[in-house]
Amino acid sequence: MRDFIETGRREAPRLTLSDLSVEIGGRVLLDRVEMAVPRQGITTILGPNGAGKSLLLRAIHGLIPHAGRIDWGQGAAPRQALVFQKPVLLRRSVAANMAFVLGRDHARSHALLAEMGLQDRADQPARRLSGGEQQRLALARALATDPELLLLDEPTASLDPASAAMIEAVLRRVAARGTTILMVTHDIAQARRIADHAMVMCRGRIAEAGAAMRILAAPATPVARDFLEGRLVP
Amino acid sequence: MNDMAEALRIAVTLVLSGDGDLWEIVLLSLRVSLSATALACLIGMPLGALLATQRFAGRGAAIVCINALMGLPPVVVGLMVYLALSRSGPLGTFGLLYTPAAMIIAQTILIAPIVAALSRQVLEALHLEYDEQFRSLGLGRVAAIRALLWDGRFALMTVGLAGFGRAIAEVGAVIVVGGNIDHLTRVMTTAIALETSKGDLALALALGLVLMVLALVVNAAVHGVRNSEGQLAHA
Ligand SMILES: Nc1ncnc2c1ncn2[C@@H]1O[C@H](COP(=O)(O)OP(=O)(O)OP(=O)(O)O)[C@@H](O)[C@H]1O
Ligand SMILES: [Mg+2]
Repeated sequence: MRDFIETGRREAPRLTLSDLSVEIGGRVLLDRVEMAVPRQGITTILGPNGAGKSLLLRAIHGLIPHAGRIDWGQGAAPRQALVFQKPVLLRRSVAANMAFVLGRDHARSHALLAEMGLQDRADQPARRLSGGEQQRLALARALATDPELLLLDEPTASLDPASAAMIEAVLRRVAARGTTILMVTHDIAQARRIADHAMVMCRGRIAEAGAAMRILAAPATPVARDFLEGRLVP
Repeated sequence: MNDMAEALRIAVTLVLSGDGDLWEIVLLSLRVSLSATALACLIGMPLGALLATQRFAGRGAAIVCINALMGLPPVVVGLMVYLALSRSGPLGTFGLLYTPAAMIIAQTILIAPIVAALSRQVLEALHLEYDEQFRSLGLGRVAAIRALLWDGRFALMTVGLAGFGRAIAEVGAVIVVGGNIDHLTRVMTTAIALETSKGDLALALALGLVLMVLALVVNAAVHGVRNSEGQLAHA
């Protein structure tokens, strides 16, 4: 997958995985993954349930032990944030969840909540928010850490179309400011809308990776084609 | 039957008239058991937090031990503290035997394992949920435990109340190390035991009433805490 950069950009990737494997309880869940994530833009990971997408994000984020190498280009790992598939919110108000990361920077907290359409919810208990609002709060909190690499696990999975569009706009802005976004999604239309790069995963392996437009329009591998046409049985 | 009714009438009068002896006993009980609860929380909650969040050799054994210690019979605790504090014991020089301090020590030992074991359960569930998020945010160990304790505060309050309930209601430990000395170490439970055996049912019943009201108050408090927790959805 070293040929990932088909976009014409020549700069070093944000991160490169070589031979990355994760084995839990004797099951190989990620199998010698090779991939490069370009520095610029939004990269989506697509793939059937159980393909290992969430595991891959958690391995990159350093939450689970793995074999193989993660290369960060120049030196140390960048500041990164992960928004989990199931948001983990503290048993506190929305504002307190933001303050947990931001401290007393109320102005920033306000701005981020407003960006996510949560400005009226600041004083509510975070865990009484609707599922979609919880996802938006988790994203706001992740952005509050000013990540250079933003890992998103199905960030719009329980959002209504308008909210999803709003988040997509936010993500585009964040990416334009130079943050690398690596995002799992099941929404192929969404990938078409916002992804610059795409990779299709299946059974712990990357089946195909490249420019999003190209892969989504004309996948080269049978696995990616079957997946995109809804014929792939996990 | 008439005796009983008469005793109950006197008991109620005693409670309502603010009888000096009675309230002295009640206040000492509260002082001893509240102090023991505070100490047990100070020891038990950090211990529970440690067991909930840290992985180390012997952790499993420690959890089994603390769970087993929850069932310690109060008289056995009393006996152990008695041996430690008696004139020839290792702590004999402090002269604490038959003082409220001895009773506080005994009750602390009795309920600290309860507080530790229950807080471990509460905090471990929270830890499982929060751990990856906290690591993702790069939170240090101390900050993570502080956040766990804060987010578990309602559940931990009910843990403290459970410890207090156990302390205020036990007889075995305080009678062995306190000796039930009038105006010095006589608490509600030991007084009830003594007055009943002497046949002074009125005072025994009066104290019993107060004890039951206290139990009710504790349970109402637990219920209240649970409720407010639910309402705030900090559950
Ligand atoms: N901690 C774990 N222990 C054992 N197996 C696990 C663990 N975590 C994940 N798995 C397994 O690894 C596989 C991949 O899981 P993962 O959560 O990465 O899937 P996914 O691609 O994110 O799927 P989905 O689209 O449903 O979210 C699954 O078969 C899952 O059962
Ligand atoms: Mg997943």
